[in-house]
Amino acid sequence: MNAPQTVMAINLVVNGVQVAREVEVRTLLSTFLRDDLGLTGTHVACEHGVCGSCTILVDSQSVRSCLLLAVQVDGTNVETVEGLGSLGSLSPLQDAMWREHGLQCGFCTPGILMSIEGEVRSGASAEAICDEVLSGHLCRCTGYQNIRTAIHAYFATKDES
Amino acid sequence: MRPGAFRYVSAISLDEVLQNLSEFGDESTLLAGGQSLIPLMNLRLARPEVLIDLNRIPGLAGIDIVGDELRIGAMTRAVDVVTNSTVAGSLPALSRATAFIGHPQIRNRTTIGGNISHADPSSELPGVLAALEGSVTLRSIRGERIVGWNDFIVSTFTNSREPDEMVVDVRFPLRTGWTFAYDEVAPRHGDYPLAGICAGVQIVDGVVREMRIVAVGVSDRPVVLSEVAQASVGRELDETLIKELSKIGREELHANGDAHASSEYRKWLIGTLITRILGNFALESR
Ligand code: FES
Ligand code: FES
Repeated sequence: MNAPQTVMAINLVVNGVQVAREVEVRTLLSTFLRDDLGLTGTHVACEHGVCGSCTILVDSQSVRSCLLLAVQVDGTNVETVEGLGSLGSLSPLQDAMWREHGLQCGFCTPGILMSIEGEVRSGASAEAICDEVLSGHLCRCTGYQNIRTAIHAYFATKDES
Repeated sequence: MRPGAFRYVSAISLDEVLQNLSEFGDESTLLAGGQSLIPLMNLRLARPEVLIDLNRIPGLAGIDIVGDELRIGAMTRAVDVVTNSTVAGSLPALSRATAFIGHPQIRNRTTIGGNISHADPSSELPGVLAALEGSVTLRSIRGERIVGWNDFIVSTFTNSREPDEMVVDVRFPLRTGWTFAYDEVAPRHGDYPLAGICAGVQIVDGVVREMRIVAVGVSDRPVVLSEVAQASVGRELDETLIKELSKIGREELHANGDAHASSEYRKWLIGTLITRILGNFALESR
């Protein structure tokens, strides 16, 4: 039987890069990504699971990174918004959000992008994403209509190609 | 915000969990999906000394029909219950109720054992368990016991688990000849319900033989509306009866009032939900 620990070594893949670190067991995954790895694209606001800003993918499933401990993702594949696309080469989803003005201040955007990405991979429809998935995100600029338009635009281009 | 200091074990077997529970007892907390516990830890409302993570233990998740029960392993995720064809086929009310838990991003983590154990009065699943008169299996190094919902769910965030015990599965009875349904009203899709109803009915030759009806989100634990159920027995489930039952439900209920909804409003919601659910039963039985 393993004795309880306060610090542990973790190994994981973040946006395709192998990462090995020692972390305090009480470190939240959101804190680990932002403070230890410098991946500040993952935003935090409420830090108790309500707003959805911190949503990322763990093994392709969308999860709140403020509701997971960093030690819990040992051995997993983590994806954050930094892994989607970059300035000058946006992912098709990011491109649709940009074209349809699906963001204003952009605070909620990384979480929304990662949620949509996860649901698209699990085969959800545009309608399901608009209703179910968006309900898990607070956009303080209240740009939901344009986000919905962007989701439909993204699906339209995806279905064409 | 981040949790206060604690010690952490990622258990790899049920035996390891039970050993740790017996050693640390009251000082330990079990981490299942973490969708309620970690917020409490972030807010420092929960300060476990030893956190025992159940997420890496094989064999604690699974959905099976055993005899006349639907047995769901404690670490089964809500998302897997929502999409499972056995649940959809045998107890669609449970699929529907589970789909009301939080948002997809939350349901990817939420577990059935964790949800029931947390005993949140606003949560859907304790209400479904109560309507079906289901139970949980508790295990410790001392042995195993099966506890009915009524003894397990004590009040807000309180269950009757001993400090060295763990819920290993949740058992939903499958009642032949019954139809069950769940519905609720929430301020926003995915929020906690202001009020919810899980009801089941057995109709023979157009007449109600038996009914179970439970309200959630209105008190410190699921409330069995026994007067409503009694008044329905031997009657035809028509518009007159449904109106009568909705009124009895409103009057029978002592609903809590808070910042989200007054007691009076919750009673109205319960009345409306009774009408809605029983109306559907009436349509289906025709
Ligand atoms: S910061 Fe994680 S849900 Fe709000
Ligand atoms: S774009 Fe500002 S919060 Fe959503």
